[in-house]
Amino acid sequence: MNPFEISRQAIDLAAFRERLLDRSCGAYVQFDGWVRDHNEGQQVLRLEYEVYEPLAVSEGQKILEEAKQQFGVSRACAIHRSGLLELSDVAVVVGVSSAHRGEAFDACRYIIDQAKIRLPIWKKEYYANGNAEWVNCQRCSEAGHDHEVLTARARR
Amino acid sequence: MNLTVRYFAAFRELTGVEAETVNTDASSPSDLFNECAARHTGLQKFTSSMVAVNDEMAGWDSALSDGDEVLFFPPVAGG
Repeated sequence: MNPFEISRQAIDLAAFRERLLDRSCGAYVQFDGWVRDHNEGQQVLRLEYEVYEPLAVSEGQKILEEAKQQFGVSRACAIHRSGLLELSDVAVVVGVSSAHRGEAFDACRYIIDQAKIRLPIWKKEYYANGNAEWVNCQRCSEAGHDHEVLTARARR
Repeated sequence: MNLTVRYFAAFRELTGVEAETVNTDASSPSDLFNECAARHTGLQKFTSSMVAVNDEMAGWDSALSDGDEVLFFPPVAGG
């Protein structure tokens, strides 16, 4: 099984945790991202993730490898959902196991933070007022930001 | 040179196009995006948009070659 996966189905958290079990580890840290019922003052009913899977998977693997290298943890896995999700569904899960807790917390935090800014995944929120918006796009447009500014993030 | 351009999420909805082949002299993804924006009314580069070439993340000023597949990503929002 791939350490980083995209899933169209609900994530089986018990099975996920099994993959991180390791007798040399005394610490396991898991982060779940849930679908929240509000965002930026809007009532959210459900959301949809669009994922460009080939690059999301390869970039996701890189992030997991970086975390293992930088923090020295034993195992790191993650699954991100695609498709339609309802409130309280698990949108993403990150799991890290290591000998001690400190590096497990740090690695878990690193993975979810990097995943949010680097993976080609887009979130469309459906609101109670009938509107739907791509997060980080519509508001940016309405605010009249300077769209000519090129902000290609420097790649390592 | 001929390139394939693919649009994702908000970009696909703004252009109404998923993928297109373009004949261009654009020297970089940035130039190419501006050419595409001139043809597709409403297409605009949001801050923190990203680009990939042949399934690798790329810089907006990187080089392009004949046959490349250029992927335009609006701001990502995973997690």
